[in-house]
Amino acid sequence: MHNEHSDTHFQSRIDNGEHIEAKDYMPEGYRKHLIRQMSQHAHSEVIGMQPEGNWITRAPSLRAKQILLAKIQDEGGHGLYLYSAVETLGVSRAELIEQLQTGKAKYSSIFNYPALNWADIGAIGWLVDGAAIVNQVSLQRTSYGPYSRAMVRICKEESFHQRQGYEIMTTMMRGTKDQQAMAQDAMNRWWWPSLMMFGPHDSDSPRSGDAVKWKIKRETNDELRQKFIDKTIPQAELIGLTIPDKNFKLDEKTGHYTLSPINWEEFHRVVSGHGPCNKQRLDHHIKYHQEGAWVREAAEAYKLKTAKKELVTA
Amino acid sequence: MTTKDATYNYAIRLGDNALILGHRLSELCSRGPILEEDLALTNVALDMIGRAQALLKYAAELEGKGHTEDDIAYRRAEINYHNHLLIEQPNGDFAHTIARQLYLSVFEYLFFTELEKSKDATLAAIASKTIKEVKYHMQHAIDWTLRLGDGTVESHKRMQKGLNDLYMYTGELFEMDHIDTYLLHQHIAVDTLSLKAKWQSEIEKVLTEATLSLPEDTYMQTGSKKGVHTENLGHILSEMQYLQRAYPDAKW
Amino acid sequence: MATDTQLDLWEVFIQSKSGLPYIHSGSVHASDVKMAMQNARDIYTRRGEGTSIWVVPAKHISASNPDDNDMLFDPSNDKIYRHPTFYVMPEGAKNI
Repeated sequence: MHNEHSDTHFQSRIDNGEHIEAKDYMPEGYRKHLIRQMSQHAHSEVIGMQPEGNWITRAPSLRAKQILLAKIQDEGGHGLYLYSAVETLGVSRAELIEQLQTGKAKYSSIFNYPALNWADIGAIGWLVDGAAIVNQVSLQRTSYGPYSRAMVRICKEESFHQRQGYEIMTTMMRGTKDQQAMAQDAMNRWWWPSLMMFGPHDSDSPRSGDAVKWKIKRETNDELRQKFIDKTIPQAELIGLTIPDKNFKLDEKTGHYTLSPINWEEFHRVVSGHGPCNKQRLDHHIKYHQEGAWVREAAEAYKLKTAKKELVTA
Repeated sequence: MTTKDATYNYAIRLGDNALILGHRLSELCSRGPILEEDLALTNVALDMIGRAQALLKYAAELEGKGHTEDDIAYRRAEINYHNHLLIEQPNGDFAHTIARQLYLSVFEYLFFTELEKSKDATLAAIASKTIKEVKYHMQHAIDWTLRLGDGTVESHKRMQKGLNDLYMYTGELFEMDHIDTYLLHQHIAVDTLSLKAKWQSEIEKVLTEATLSLPEDTYMQTGSKKGVHTENLGHILSEMQYLQRAYPDAKW
Repeated sequence: MATDTQLDLWEVFIQSKSGLPYIHSGSVHASDVKMAMQNARDIYTRRGEGTSIWVVPAKHISASNPDDNDMLFDPSNDKIYRHPTFYVMPEGAKNI
């Protein structure tokens, strides 16, 4: 027999730039890492519908309402693509949802912050989606085929999300004093949490090593964070927003911006469940999941009934 | 009354129906029974808001005061909204949503099929785009009515309750007032009265297959053509108009 | 309480333009074929991606076993006579 089921063979396929498909041999660690990362990603999309959903009914124009609704719908769709990709590894969506609701699986902590004024919708699109996109563009080249294909589709669809957010921020910075204040307030609250979205520093990220070796992750947390910082600061300055960091500066030699240290204590507090909205987000998800149970049961019952009827008439 | 004034009112009524239903459906975002259904209902909501935009834009043009569709959507007082009472009722469970969608989409399918023949070119064009959307909404509502009606004991009970609770608001769909009659004579408006029998038989056909029925009590509520609403509309508007009202000088 | 159902898994294939092949787009959950079709439409054709949809219950799709790849696919590698470039044409031959 060949050595197709050995970790060495697997690693050589990865090193050759091959994609791994659902039925291919993969080390248990690779499979576990994928399930954890992809399901966390899927849950983030779905939970991420809530803070933005908070403003749909108050969107200030018909155009804004349509855009926001279409964007939130996209997030739901992206959650769905990713759940499907995890399902190829033999974990059902029902199991994944249970893991989310029991706290066994996590979602991005950014969604545990509240969306308090209309500019938050701008900040979420521009900063949160902006940070997500940096990560997702990189993940299009991830080594697991179904994940990579989902990411390609997601990136294609998400390209408008960041632009719509920046458009809102621009409009508000060009607007009345009240609007400018709202925009700056949103910037102050979302800036640091969006930098935390890339996860701990490489030196403190124990799983990063394997994920990079297996090409699940193609770039490290710090590399991606720096990319985001470098492209976002000029965008903020262009429309007159202040970066809420007295110490940020451009290093002329490297061309990169340097910032004050990130408050990791806050990051760990929110991840461990003590952010402003952790409980609210999960309660919402559980409530509507439970309220939908009778609908799903009815659909199943109807399926069985009609199958029986077809048998009789056949 | 000029044709222009009457058509303005007509466009407002149709626009408000789409606007307020779009509002109610968008409240359901992230609350669907399964992720797929969440996206499906959002699609219906988006169709509605798009339709509202087209109709209110036309109303603004007819009004001729330099208003935009947003001024019309966001800056009127409650009494000047003319959506059907059925549409402003608060969301209940999923069966309640499906009952509303069934009553409405069957009506709208019949209505826009007629409006497509309107002598008013703008209304006719909006109608022909709308029919395609509504056909899909109707199919979606019918399929779910069958699943819920003929699903489990619980789903049957809930679906029947949804149908019962909303039935008294369906009479309004077929009312004709002086504006409708005036425009009907000019081949602009639809004779909604003539749609009633067809609607009833279509609904009954679906309900029979779904092992459901229309309620016995046939008392019908009325008021929206005069701007007299249920208590629900005020709450919708205070939410929807919040930013526009709180920051009247702001552009969004 | 009964265990939760997320309905059945279906695979979705979309044809983007008439005449082109149907390409796998992803999956949806649905309890019956009508729902699967509507869900596929609502999820995979939101940006005008489709002119036609196929939905197939995932359980009816069989995939080849990667362990069989050498048996399945290698034998065709040396059948170069199946490709037009294998054949030598006389100089000056046209339209062939």
